[in-house]
Amino acid sequence: MAIVILAAIALFLVYNAGRALTEVGLGTMLSGIQWYPTSDPGKFGMLPLVLGSLLVTGVALAVGVPVGVGAAVFISEFAGRRLKEVMKSVIEFMAAVPSVVYGLIGVAVLIPLVKDVFDLSSGLTALAGGIVLGVMSVPTIVSISEDALHAVPDDLRHGSAALGNTRWQTTFKVTLPSASSGIFAAVMLGLGRAIGETMAVLMLTGNAAVMPTSLFDSVRTMTGTIAAEMGEVVQGGLHYSVLFTVGLVLFAITFGINLAADLVLERQRKRWRR
Amino acid sequence: MKVKRLLSIGLVAALLVGALALTGCGAAEDGSGEAGDGSELSGTIDIQGSDTLLNVATAWSEGFMDANPGVDISVQGGGSGTGIAALINGTVDFANASREIKDEEREALEAQGGTVVEHRVAIDGIAVIVNPANGVADLTLEQLGRIYRGEITNWKDVGGADAEIVLLSRDSSSGTYEYFKEAVVAADDENAEYAASAKLLPSNQAIVEEVVGNEAAIGYVGLGYLSDDVQVVAIDGVEASIETAADGSYPISRYLYMYSDGEPEGVMAAYLEWILGSEGQQLVADEGFVPLP
Repeated sequence: MAIVILAAIALFLVYNAGRALTEVGLGTMLSGIQWYPTSDPGKFGMLPLVLGSLLVTGVALAVGVPVGVGAAVFISEFAGRRLKEVMKSVIEFMAAVPSVVYGLIGVAVLIPLVKDVFDLSSGLTALAGGIVLGVMSVPTIVSISEDALHAVPDDLRHGSAALGNTRWQTTFKVTLPSASSGIFAAVMLGLGRAIGETMAVLMLTGNAAVMPTSLFDSVRTMTGTIAAEMGEVVQGGLHYSVLFTVGLVLFAITFGINLAADLVLERQRKRWRR
Repeated sequence: MKVKRLLSIGLVAALLVGALALTGCGAAEDGSGEAGDGSELSGTIDIQGSDTLLNVATAWSEGFMDANPGVDISVQGGGSGTGIAALINGTVDFANASREIKDEEREALEAQGGTVVEHRVAIDGIAVIVNPANGVADLTLEQLGRIYRGEITNWKDVGGADAEIVLLSRDSSSGTYEYFKEAVVAADDENAEYAASAKLLPSNQAIVEEVVGNEAAIGYVGLGYLSDDVQVVAIDGVEASIETAADGSYPISRYLYMYSDGEPEGVMAAYLEWILGSEGQQLVADEGFVPLP
């Protein structure tokens, strides 16, 4: 069933991207660095968009993974029962906040802050977008990592304690490694959340389609481009088709990430079984 | 738990709505050219299109339905392209557009035996704004073009402080983006492009907020979005206002359109006439646009 849906999505994207693939060519689009889709003739170089997405996602992971995994370890291993319940519901609530609200908070608080702290001409940067995406991916990372840590049998912890290890040693030498595959899955899902997020990046990254050279540049992401441009294009036109190609590339990237994650997990699972 | 459940219900609802919208857009291409139901001031009018026009279009429909309870008007946004596609597919009676219909779209409708009829319904003046602390309050159209092409990158070259100019633009999908490009960026050379470093923001409001918070920023917004927190830059010595846009002395203003398939008849004609009349044009002014002269 899932495979049928995935295949249908891929087919749908390829079908709609067909005109761009034949008239412009995938290679030209992927290697082009100028994105002026509404010019005449349009320039459809999507390399800045791909790099923009990757850069923002990279920042998001750098923020989200340490915070998320740290919080999961704290909740699972150190917090008392009551604190644990409170923290879990707070984090679940974080997942329920709509992304446009994160975007608004980012515009009001983070953008001026980034501008002042780094003395930039504008705070609308890959950094600002990435930080907010990182915060948004925290709930995913925390809940799945916490599940993985929770699934580690208490026997292991007791055994480690019996050998004279402190709680910290137990956590870092025994519990975390045992749960590593689950935590890896959590990070991958967080990554998927971040790369696919649209609204908040649209509001925070400035959306200038330049080749990013630093975290302090404005970037335009693939998701933001599709969201911003789809409403105004001529349906069935070349630009429309190019946007579907962007969607296809995004789909291929996320598909690749998930596939790679699955393969790594599978390998780890085999190792543990041995 | 409860929160999660509510969330999933909301999600399912959103998905359903999305799916419906998609099927609506892709709906069969038969039944084109069916417009308004002839009878006197009762009937249904479906309108879709530009988000720029959405507020004023909603105000029109409410005003007209108040005066004519027998008429049912539905207005949807989604963008000019979406609205025109719906007109081509025959699913709406009017398409709102903040840009002129493109040749491809005109041909698509004519290929089905339809005729595109254009109606100018309002004027949108586009004001150039900077932070009040910036100090620059007057630019020529030519300077503005050079700034947006990335040829002037420092405020000191146009009489301001020594600071890098932060370019803000509407997103490339917006009709305003295309209009500003025609009128300012590519006024002298039609192949000219916006500077790649221009930040493309998704809404008028986003541009105002960034200008309010950034002394080095310059942006352009519809007249309805001006506030006391921003400095309006006079262009060629003319201050942007409803009066100067209406009499044509302000150089950056454009028409907003409604398109129909064939001349509107019956209730559609009555609606259009009402929009172009004094009540409709008063609502245009209330929503921050410029009434037709």
